[in-house]
Amino acid sequence: MQKESKIRDPLILGNKTYHDITRDIARPVEGKANKYWWILFSLAAVLMLWGFACMAYTIGTGIGAWGLNRTVNWAWDITNFVWWIGIGHAGTLISAVLLLFRQKWRMAINRSAEAMTIFGVAQAALFPLIHMGRPWLAYWVFPIPNQFGSLWVNFNSPLLWDVFAISTYFSVSCVFWYIGLIPDFAMLRDRIDKKLSPMKKNLYGLMAFGWSGKAKHWQRFEEVCLVLAGLATPLVFSVHSIVSMDFATSIIPGWHTTIFPPYFVLGALFSGFAMVETLLIIMRKVVNMEAYITIKHIEYMNVIILFTGSLVGVAYITELFMAWYSGVEFEQYAFLNRATGPYWWAYASMMTCNVVIPQLYWIYKIRTSFVATFILSIFVNIGMWFERFVIIVTSLHRDFLPSSWTMFSPTFIDIGIFVGTIGFFFVLFLLYARAFPVIAQAEIKSILKSSGSEYKK
Amino acid sequence: MRDKIIHAIFDDEQDVLKVVKELKDNNIVVNEVYSPFPIHGLDPILGLKETRMAITAFIYGCIGLSFGGLLIYYIMISGVGKSWPMNIGGKPNSTFYHNLPSFVPIIFECTVLFAAHLMSITYLIRNNLYPGSKTTSPDPRTTDDKFLVEILYKEDKNNIIGLLEKSNVTEINEKDES
Repeated sequence: MQKESKIRDPLILGNKTYHDITRDIARPVEGKANKYWWILFSLAAVLMLWGFACMAYTIGTGIGAWGLNRTVNWAWDITNFVWWIGIGHAGTLISAVLLLFRQKWRMAINRSAEAMTIFGVAQAALFPLIHMGRPWLAYWVFPIPNQFGSLWVNFNSPLLWDVFAISTYFSVSCVFWYIGLIPDFAMLRDRIDKKLSPMKKNLYGLMAFGWSGKAKHWQRFEEVCLVLAGLATPLVFSVHSIVSMDFATSIIPGWHTTIFPPYFVLGALFSGFAMVETLLIIMRKVVNMEAYITIKHIEYMNVIILFTGSLVGVAYITELFMAWYSGVEFEQYAFLNRATGPYWWAYASMMTCNVVIPQLYWIYKIRTSFVATFILSIFVNIGMWFERFVIIVTSLHRDFLPSSWTMFSPTFIDIGIFVGTIGFFFVLFLLYARAFPVIAQAEIKSILKSSGSEYKK
Repeated sequence: MRDKIIHAIFDDEQDVLKVVKELKDNNIVVNEVYSPFPIHGLDPILGLKETRMAITAFIYGCIGLSFGGLLIYYIMISGVGKSWPMNIGGKPNSTFYHNLPSFVPIIFECTVLFAAHLMSITYLIRNNLYPGSKTTSPDPRTTDDKFLVEILYKEDKNNIIGLLEKSNVTEINEKDES
């Protein structure tokens, strides 16, 4: 039997039995949605539809509908893309890296964090797709034999690495998520209380793939999860490294930096954890999971945010130092312009939200407060969006030729698409919270007797 | 004579471990254990061999690595590469190894893609999991909070019942009286 120290804080609160866990996790699926769910859902759906309209307009008229110009030829599209991909990373870190480190607190949050990963990466993928202008030709990015003679994709290009990295990441995340969901769908299928309509029950039966929980099946299940975690761990680091190489392999001052891969990965984990907190703090209330997603879980995540936030701060300072130390005047100007040029406000927001504000988590009272964490997580989300904006737009807007220096201003289409992806993301997440078991109940049951508060007395 | 079946139902995984060990020590056939979550330490007692899922993942990963390598070799170097000579970053595409550093990301992604997907498919096939497959669990409560031990016997029924009754068993169901 697993043993755990008595002084370690419990991960499951209240006097729970295995059956209570089943009931608690099936409740949101079996019950009716409350008022708050409908309000949030309607709001998100409106934003989503607005976003879709803006996307349709872009595809109909062309990329000229955006605020891009000849100098700043990459702006919100790639900013949003990198931001969404980064948000996805926390899900894989929680489900894969923390599994390898045998962190039990991951069990209550991994399901939702992985859902966030999948939905976040889906939003990210929309941006390159729309940016193609003719999304129905998107299959051209894959190396498939074609009728254009010997025209193939270029394997030397980081943009193609991105195609492979993101499609692999998305599909492996989906598989990892689904493998873990099978036993939980089986739990919903087998509920005796029969609150579900027969159609829903059959649907869960279909999705449970006939899972029966035999000893051999569990043995394979654990091994497959472990190996998938082992595969997903280098994958998650490779994905954001490759995203950073979209910039780092170019020769633009401010982008041409070897520090980018680790710096982007850390930033991704940092922003991803912030988004997990934003979502979970709302979700635990809306679907009554207070006993499973406790302040201890939030505190652990805050410690990771503090750690990655500080490392991101070190990366910012290293960048500045290296720009000065390199002696390259273009590099020096790019960074001087970033901090003190016309976009100083974006740089200042980034520094405040990402470096200064997370330092508040050194204070015990703040990192163990739901309200403070929620507010700070929003700041981190904003700060990380600004980080990408700063890296992309400030490096471009004053290029080698001063006569072409200019500023970037987004059109309402740019804003509409970004807001639309936020709406789309929340629509998916809210639907998930009503239709899926939001906590990996099989895993939670396996730690109940070692980490449950009632069994620790 | 057909084997008869007893289903013993438990509330706690520790009781299952104790009972299965005791039954095995008495040379009684424990056919299967159904549980709502994996019971650690049960596999060696039941006599289950170690699973080879990780080995399949390694093999599939090797296939992915070779696939990625060959794909790029054909497209960039040997086949099509010859008809479109390119020089990217001072590295002419006439040799594979000169260009290898920029091929590493995609070869790596192919390795992971193959290993993860093919292993998961193997897992589903080996466990007979597919949409429309029916559960073989004799009791729906085994995905909720009950642990079911399936025992096969021919005649020494009273001995088995006696052993079970000494444990914390909550239900004993005799399935097949034929």
